Amino acid sequence: MWLKDSSIGRKLVMSLSGLFLVLFLLFHGCMNLALVFSEKAYNTICSLLGANWYAIIGSLVIALFVLIHFCYAFYLTIQNLRARGNDRYAMTARQEGVQWASKNMLVLGICVIGFLVLHLANFWFKMQFAELTGIETSAFDPQDGAGLVKFMFAGNGAWSIVLCLLYLVWLAALWLHLSHGVWSALQTLGWSSLIWLKRIQVIGLILATLAVLPFVIVVVYYLGMGVGMM
Amino acid sequence: MDSYINIKVRVWRQAGPKAQGHFETYELKHIFQGASFLEMMDILNEQLIAERKDPIAFDHDCREGICGMCSMYVDGHPHGPDSAITTCQLHMRHFHDGQTITVEPWRSRAFPVIKDLMVDRQAYDKIMQAGGFISVNTGGVPDANAIAIPKPVADEAMDAASCIGCGACAAACKNGSAMLFVSAKVSQLALLPQGKIEAAKRAKAMIAKMDELGFGNCTNTGACAAECPKSVSLANIARLNREFICAKLKD
Repeated sequence: MWLKDSSIGRKLVMSLSGLFLVLFLLFHGCMNLALVFSEKAYNTICSLLGANWYAIIGSLVIALFVLIHFCYAFYLTIQNLRARGNDRYAMTARQEGVQWASKNMLVLGICVIGFLVLHLANFWFKMQFAELTGIETSAFDPQDGAGLVKFMFAGNGAWSIVLCLLYLVWLAALWLHLSHGVWSALQTLGWSSLIWLKRIQVIGLILATLAVLPFVIVVVYYLGMGVGMM
Repeated sequence: MDSYINIKVRVWRQAGPKAQGHFETYELKHIFQGASFLEMMDILNEQLIAERKDPIAFDHDCREGICGMCSMYVDGHPHGPDSAITTCQLHMRHFHDGQTITVEPWRSRAFPVIKDLMVDRQAYDKIMQAGGFISVNTGGVPDANAIAIPKPVADEAMDAASCIGCGACAAACKNGSAMLFVSAKVSQLALLPQGKIEAAKRAKAMIAKMDELGFGNCTNTGACAAECPKSVSLANIARLNREFICAKLKD
């Protein structure tokens, strides 16, 4: 199977799974943005995406893509480390025009996945999981997503502020990951030329920013609220 | 103005492919900054021979930047700290008095060290043999102008063809990937009508050989293009991806 056995095939899998996850982020971010405007609107979205069959299928597909992206990342990294040989360079230097993020995609990816576990425990477990299983996992009704978010990010005293800052670190790691990931994915798909190379790099930065900015806005909004409540 | 400098050179010494290598530091006095880096290496070797020591083995041939034979990883850069040149075109004016210069061989699993700074780069030849050519029957030479090729296309093919196969791309790549080399060799032919006929077959054969030889997977860091002595563009890698993916989808 060339998607596993050839280097470009493996990169294609990374590229497509990554781009799919960027689409998910854009979707997720837009829904979160509702929190800033109307808690009622956000709760309506929560009820639409709770225990409905399409929400469950969607969640499973996303989980599958995360798993593929994660497994291939390690597979590729192990192969790449082996390709470097046994002796490392004694002296390495930075090349001009080479992004730091591009050389640290695995580290950034592990940061993103690490925080993801925290995020799922904080929200998914108390929302979709609680609704699916009927188990009470928090003081909040699974349908009252806005109440939960507000409590976690603003109503929990100093912990809320710590959580907000942790989320900002997470989002920064995610942005760095995407600042290289998006254009690199497009390049792997073959969408580049002497002219388009610069363009897809800019498109990549714009998409990365668009995917992360809604989350930042929501966190900063609640951080402000939390600081005000103290 | 160029003047005379005293330097220390920290060189990787390795007796053979299987031997354990190590760094050794040599002092060199009164080196003219107008000298090329390889001339400095020659002076160092003369000094070693006078001391009845084994001279340093390193690859070199044309010494004018066209053969791709010189290699050397100088102070963290393949072909040294200057850009768009080979090691033989590097001059001592890039270094200052009292500096310690670190010189290492290319390090990549597919380029095993033969001795000291000399590495075996036959892997690139094997990739070329797998498909880096066009099949033409010998006989009457066709007129060069019989097939019209737009100037921008000819220029891009020519820029890709400027690759000298020195191996700096794989040496610079943190993944040990040879994609810039393979993409340049695929592009120089895929862009032209004579090369288009075998383009799909070529891309598949060369990538299969590249993977088989143990080169890494490209992650588009761009270190290869930044260090390339011939400034081959990353856009070629996208063309190779395109050629390969289209060829596989057609199968």
